[in-house]
Amino acid sequence: MEAIRQLGQYATLLYHALRSILEFSTYRKNLFQEFVKIGYESIPIIMLTGVFTGAVLTLQTAYQLDTDIYPASIVGSIVGQSIIIELAAVIGALVLAGKVGARISTELGTMRVSEQIDALESMGFNSVTFLVVPRVLSGILMFPVLYVVAAVMGISGGLLAGTLDGILPAAEFMQGAREFFFPEDVVFGVVKSFVFGFVITSISSFKGYYASGGAEGVGNATTQATVLSCIYVLLSDFMLAALLL
Amino acid sequence: MIEIKNLSKSFGKNLVWENVSFNISDGETLAIIGKSGCGKSVLLKHLNALLYPDQGEVVIDGHKLFELSYAELRKIRQKFGILFQGGALFDSINTFENVAFPLRYFTDLDEPEIRKKVEKALEMVNLVGSGDKPTSALSGGMRKRVGLARAIILEPEYVLYDEPTSGLDPQTSEEINDLIVYMSEHLEITSIVITHDMHSVLQIAEKVAFLDQKKLSWYGTVEEMRSSKDSSLLDFIKASEFQI
Repeated sequence: MEAIRQLGQYATLLYHALRSILEFSTYRKNLFQEFVKIGYESIPIIMLTGVFTGAVLTLQTAYQLDTDIYPASIVGSIVGQSIIIELAAVIGALVLAGKVGARISTELGTMRVSEQIDALESMGFNSVTFLVVPRVLSGILMFPVLYVVAAVMGISGGLLAGTLDGILPAAEFMQGAREFFFPEDVVFGVVKSFVFGFVITSISSFKGYYASGGAEGVGNATTQATVLSCIYVLLSDFMLAALLL
Repeated sequence: MIEIKNLSKSFGKNLVWENVSFNISDGETLAIIGKSGCGKSVLLKHLNALLYPDQGEVVIDGHKLFELSYAELRKIRQKFGILFQGGALFDSINTFENVAFPLRYFTDLDEPEIRKKVEKALEMVNLVGSGDKPTSALSGGMRKRVGLARAIILEPEYVLYDEPTSGLDPQTSEEINDLIVYMSEHLEITSIVITHDMHSVLQIAEKVAFLDQKKLSWYGTVEEMRSSKDSSLLDFIKASEFQI
């Protein structure tokens, strides 16, 4: 029963957000601030995640494949395609569920319990337009950018690990990666990152916006936001794979 | 004018109060008093539709608050300024920007005009030169005064005060009370003050509403309160260790 109530509340929040999306002047300033917080400030952690994911994937792929049977360039093919189709988007999203999702729910939750959201409403502001719309919009627009960064860094990390570990030369890695590069895989990755951006920022906004019960309530909201974001990222990943591949 | 008609509110199975009715005339200062947890702040939030009742209505200048569309409600809300218990200052911006916030969004004033108005409001609450301070660097009393400056910056018709003097030292409380009186007298603002500070009540209020036993237990002028024989009201006043 509680789950149904929350689902209804989430749908209502999204409906109000969607209805007020044209009130651009209200959230313009916040939107650009969120571009910086969600996009620009997430680049270091996304680069780091991408590099290490690509590097580990290369080492493990080489370990599992017998390169006497397969050409060494197959490592580049597997790593490149895995990064583009799956890992850049999903691993990046799980990391961002912690970084971005937790920040959003804590920020909004604190604003709720300290009556800052009430203060906005009492002045005649639409607090959903002012607070939720720029966060969700920014997530939808910035996650694809971060996905591209993660993918580039993942392939670079794989190439670097393969070269430094003597598994295969850089040229061979890139040859393998290019052989199995399909532009539609990138489109699939971008679509996934759009969806993940929406899932993480909307769930975190929802949990924070309706937080209650002081510091403990904000803590619970943040935990729930992070856990639910991760679960729904994995669920939507599966659904998108089933639908689009 | 604010009319409160048969208002009842519960949270789940917990009844907060029922059938609360009273009016607040223009320019009047009303104090809502009662024990902690009796639902004073809950009642205050109904006057601005920050909370909705289970039944009953609030009528502001002829508009039934709970029947308005959200767009109409936002217009009505702009007639109000609210001083929240903890100030409810936006902690992502400094003191000056907090006070300037409503001006930036609801007026077409240019920057020098905004600066002039904000400085005047900060001067009114004795916070000259504090504009650059982050809100985290403000004391409890200063936060309330900044909240008050923000609440009145758009010159609202109604100001709602939620425990304006709680947690403050006597001198700062006195300053806040003086400000409330000043605004009522000079700016003709209608004020509704939530408090359990009887000293404040006598200093600022013309009328008193006493919430007790989940209902409006007593309502009248301060003069009537002085001579009231209502036992629960007298108990409350006695418990506040204040002689009237």
